[in-house]
Amino acid sequence: MTHGFVYNILLLGVPFSVALLLASLGEMFNQRAGVFNLGCEGIMCMGAFLGFLPPYFLKDGPLAPYGILLGFAIAMVAGILLGLLFALVTVTFRAEQGIAGIGLQMFGWGVAGTLFRHFIGGVTGVEGMAAWAVPGLSRIPFLGDLLFNHNPMVYLAFLMVPGSWYLLFKTPWGLKVRAVGTAPRAADSMGINVNLVRYQALMLGGAMAGLGGAYLSLCQAKMFADDLVAGRGFIAVALVYFGRWNPIGIMGGALLFSLAQSLQLSIQVGGIKFPYEFAVMLPYVLVILVLSLTRKARMLGPSSLGIPYNREMRY
Amino acid sequence: MNRSRIAYGAAVILLAALAAAGLGAIVLKAIGASPIDTYVTIFTGPFSDVFGITEILVRAIPLILVGLGIAIAFRSGIINIGAEGQMLMGILAATATALALPGLPRYALLTLVMLAGALGGGLWAGIAGLLRARLGVNEILSTVMLNYIAAQFYTFFLRGPMIDPGELETGSGTPQSMRLPESAILSHLVPGTRLHTGLVLALVLCVCVYFFLWHTTFGFRLRAAGAEAKAARYAGINVPGSLVAAMVLSGSFAGIAGAVEVTGVHHRAIENITSGYGFAGIVVALFGALHPAGIVPAAVFFGLLLVGSDMTQRSAGVPANMILVLQGVIILCIVSAKMYLNNAYAQERAARFFSRLRAKTPPESAKTGGQP
Repeated sequence: MTHGFVYNILLLGVPFSVALLLASLGEMFNQRAGVFNLGCEGIMCMGAFLGFLPPYFLKDGPLAPYGILLGFAIAMVAGILLGLLFALVTVTFRAEQGIAGIGLQMFGWGVAGTLFRHFIGGVTGVEGMAAWAVPGLSRIPFLGDLLFNHNPMVYLAFLMVPGSWYLLFKTPWGLKVRAVGTAPRAADSMGINVNLVRYQALMLGGAMAGLGGAYLSLCQAKMFADDLVAGRGFIAVALVYFGRWNPIGIMGGALLFSLAQSLQLSIQVGGIKFPYEFAVMLPYVLVILVLSLTRKARMLGPSSLGIPYNREMRY
Repeated sequence: MNRSRIAYGAAVILLAALAAAGLGAIVLKAIGASPIDTYVTIFTGPFSDVFGITEILVRAIPLILVGLGIAIAFRSGIINIGAEGQMLMGILAATATALALPGLPRYALLTLVMLAGALGGGLWAGIAGLLRARLGVNEILSTVMLNYIAAQFYTFFLRGPMIDPGELETGSGTPQSMRLPESAILSHLVPGTRLHTGLVLALVLCVCVYFFLWHTTFGFRLRAAGAEAKAARYAGINVPGSLVAAMVLSGSFAGIAGAVEVTGVHHRAIENITSGYGFAGIVVALFGALHPAGIVPAAVFFGLLLVGSDMTQRSAGVPANMILVLQGVIILCIVSAKMYLNNAYAQERAARFFSRLRAKTPPESAKTGGQP
């Protein structure tokens, strides 16, 4: 029985981690380029809502099989646009990033809520993405169901971990991103367009946060509600600190949080007496703990994080 | 020179406001509402009767209080996004105090209730302040997380220990506290409306905050630490300590806002009691240039926005979430405009442009006057 209990927590935890993982990897690129994007939460809200629209409207039409793909595509485009908006505010207008992020969060959350009330109104479900078992691998005992019997987005997200590691550490663009986040002036003197690279990083981060949001509504909850995202965007930002700006660390953090979440669900379902509200609090308390314990790690972060680059300023 | 600087500032703010209204209009268009009609309803609808006008002030009261607290924090170099949670903790503490001591004389009880509210909010904010000062935890993230935690904490108390016994008897189980004793309820300023004496308290505290920040040593220390931490440290100011103090003060204002809201408007702790004041207060503080003299008009303006957007929900079917959209774009536009507001170079260029304009408009007289 205990084996079953733990196994179920693990089984739920893996797909739960995807939204956090996607958004957090995107945020990693933002922060590596020197921009602290708290608007991630707002972008996820927009992604979750816009991603939900196509399968909802195409439900019974001939295009129904493409609804989900279209949803992910629209969520990505919306994420890119919001990333552009944030870049305009923080890179071009050099606004204070923390406050601008809260502005973007309110904007994304508000727009998603307004459109949702207007176009849909109540809670309705969509079919969501079906699981696709990897041939062969999924038949491995114990590990097969745990790792190789999920919807395709799970595989994609976990493939993005080595992918973004390669992009960040082994490609010229990744080098530029790290350069503008650490020493923008030096990068500029070597002919790198600092603001352009930051724009690109914010667009990439926005696209990934949009995907993460759409994953929530299309694959995880299979419905949309105003408070569906519930702070996951902020948790994703905290995970970047936890993972020390490294994709592999971030994956560990995302799994830790999703396991905490599935533990909380199992406790509720399992009928263990524990106040519901305190169970819901758990991930948020965990974020504060994680942030408190990673003080030294912050030395490893991009040294120009949060500082807009002003070419005309003398230091 | 000075006049051109004011004109320049006004032009930048006007442009930012137009940009915000434009972004909001796009969203309104998307849901098929007419942007102009909606804006007209928002800004004129509340003025149609006395009730509407007093309602603007009712909304402005918590906004002033929260905005003051946030201004203290921002001026001291620490960003407080947690007013929403601090309000909830203030409400819990204030309600518990009022319910525990119903026999006290009115003024003693009200003072205690306000102090309890301040304490609840202040301690809750102090967590984030301490984490920042001692462990370097980003205060934006920690205050956001404390908001989520406080929301759960609040519902736990309303559903469990503090639930109205009447709700359990009738079995309806609405999560709300008992009604506060009459002696803990603020009296009304205008009969027949919801406007209460909390307004006076808010305005008095405005003056206090002004004197505190600009005319006391302690206030100067806080502002110095916020303006330039390094220089403040050289001058012997305890920067981490002032961060914690600023956060506690900031939170206690949010807590008082909560206490005023529960004693003035709702008279019992209910769900969704903060109705977003904690977030709107951030916008009010920024819009009011982090100064008490600016925060009061900004709070009235946002009170108008809140009442007006409620009206559009009823008359034009624009969802109430629209207010969040407007607040978000206003924040984005204000922080973007700041670069031009504080930029001496841009100011200088604008000043030259203005003076050239003035020189050009009366060209004849200027020429003849210059060379007789």
